[in-house]
Amino acid sequence: MARKVTGAKLAVSTAGAWLVGFIIFFPILWMMLTSFKTELDAFATPPQFLFFHWTTENYGVVQERSDYMLHAWNSIVTAGGSTLIAMLIAIPAAWAMAFAPTKRTKDILLWMLSTKMMPAVGVLVPIYLIYRDFGLLDTRFGLVVVLCLGNLPIVIWMLFTYFKEIPKDILEAARMDGATITKELIFVLTPMALPGIASTLLLNVILAWNEAFWTLNLSSSAAAPLTTFIASYSSPEGLFWAKLSAASTLAIAPILILGWFSQKQLVRGLTFGAVK
Amino acid sequence: MGSITLENVRKSFGSHDIIHGASLEIENGSFVVFVGPSGCGKTTLLRLIAGLEDVSSGQIRIDGADVTDVPPAKRGLSMVFQSYALYPHMSVRGNIAFGLKMAGTPKTEIDRKVESAASILNLTAYLDRKPRELSGGQRQRVAIGRAIVREPKAFLFDEPLSNLDAALRVQMRQEVTRLQKQLATTAIYVTHDQVEAMTMADRIVVLNAGRIEQYGSPLELYERPANLFVAGFIGSPKMNLIGRAVAGEFGAATIGVRPEHIAVAREGEGWEGTVGVAEHLGSDTFIYVDVPQVGTLTARCVGELGIQVGERVRLRPDQRRIHRFDTEGRTLAA
Repeated sequence: MARKVTGAKLAVSTAGAWLVGFIIFFPILWMMLTSFKTELDAFATPPQFLFFHWTTENYGVVQERSDYMLHAWNSIVTAGGSTLIAMLIAIPAAWAMAFAPTKRTKDILLWMLSTKMMPAVGVLVPIYLIYRDFGLLDTRFGLVVVLCLGNLPIVIWMLFTYFKEIPKDILEAARMDGATITKELIFVLTPMALPGIASTLLLNVILAWNEAFWTLNLSSSAAAPLTTFIASYSSPEGLFWAKLSAASTLAIAPILILGWFSQKQLVRGLTFGAVK
Repeated sequence: MGSITLENVRKSFGSHDIIHGASLEIENGSFVVFVGPSGCGKTTLLRLIAGLEDVSSGQIRIDGADVTDVPPAKRGLSMVFQSYALYPHMSVRGNIAFGLKMAGTPKTEIDRKVESAASILNLTAYLDRKPRELSGGQRQRVAIGRAIVREPKAFLFDEPLSNLDAALRVQMRQEVTRLQKQLATTAIYVTHDQVEAMTMADRIVVLNAGRIEQYGSPLELYERPANLFVAGFIGSPKMNLIGRAVAGEFGAATIGVRPEHIAVAREGEGWEGTVGVAEHLGSDTFIYVDVPQVGTLTARCVGELGIQVGERVRLRPDQRRIHRFDTEGRTLAA
């Protein structure tokens, strides 16, 4: 039986939802506000919420001190490139595991996931040395490879769950219709799994964009993405909250906008398969 | 052309045997139905022929050529699935044309063939719709259209009508049969419904627990079942099977009499019993009679007899139509 929702109850729960949303969003809001303060206001006690001297000076300084466009481009190349390569590997892999499983398939899936349980720092030294010897340090290609490998387990898992939902009959029908495996993947599986593929793609771009551990350790300037760009404001000359906030706002802006426009797709992706 | 030969085909999953050595000769142009209870292996056998499952041992030949290790795409067969398995993201036209596209058929020829298949199946008005905008019967037609447009060596049907309501099923049954005769293409049709099997087939394969029990025309199966299983499976209502002392009188371990071969009278000769249940269908009456020493027997009477529950009646089996079986369940020669 459907519960009757009274006006008052609805108002309370709506207010509650807005409150929770506000609390979650607050750090980002605070960062944005700080980026428009002077360094002095940024330190003020009690903190100034809206009534301070608004300035865009920090953005000017940030742009002068470092090349935002270069780092943004590095982020786009590494996040986008690693996602594309991961998808090219993951779609056939997930297809094989979903539609032609062997008795070891479950083990392989768990093994892949287990690699994500290991702290990344555990393999930092060997990977750093390998990168040094192969001349991959501070190269975009090097970052693409490490981000792709890092996210591959999650991408394969997500696609595997989506593909599992597709009736096997339809792929068999394609096979009976004379489709080779490649054509079956391109003309039947991919279009049918498009919503799932899109949200996996999106999530992977976000994960790769935000990845800081490997990007900070394996790049310094030429290939440095936005994560390294932000970090550069936290150490050398002491802490400059307002400038750090301006740099951070610039760094998250693209992904925030992408996330905003694709939130429907993203939510669907994260809850896919929960309810049949 | 489309003759299909199975030679001692076996299929096992792990140590579990699904098909125990099936041998079968399917003539070009014939309509063969695989029938049997659920889990008897009929769908597996069809999938082995399709190539969607690998045989464990044995050989499958199509038109004399060994296709045992040929992938499904290259066997030249087409299949209609129980779930229809239409491509949800393509229009009806796209669904029907897909196989031709995969074969690299020129566009004008694809269009011509799709249009002609659509007109045969009354789908012309729906060519640009998506499968989700169609009714169950229309989806079924699209699935059939997809199968016929490729002019395959044989059609494989996997319980294609089981998702339709009863009236539509009867109609589609006739359409499929008519289409198959018109195209003169070999068809293998899997069903658990013995009425479908009897009405559609040129020849029926009765399967039970992964074994072929009998292969013959519908009337052969009805009149001369090879064993107890076929006798009990073919015919509705089921054949009466009587064991014990009564069978001994006929020199058999078990005897069988079909309900339509028992004469019912209020007096005279025959087994005496009490009517337990009477089903009045108008054209026929099925009565279930409890006979001491024999068991419950079903008798079919043509028309309305006015027999009431609780009445005592005499049942007289037609002596020439009694089936006799030995202790192993095999039919004894008359």
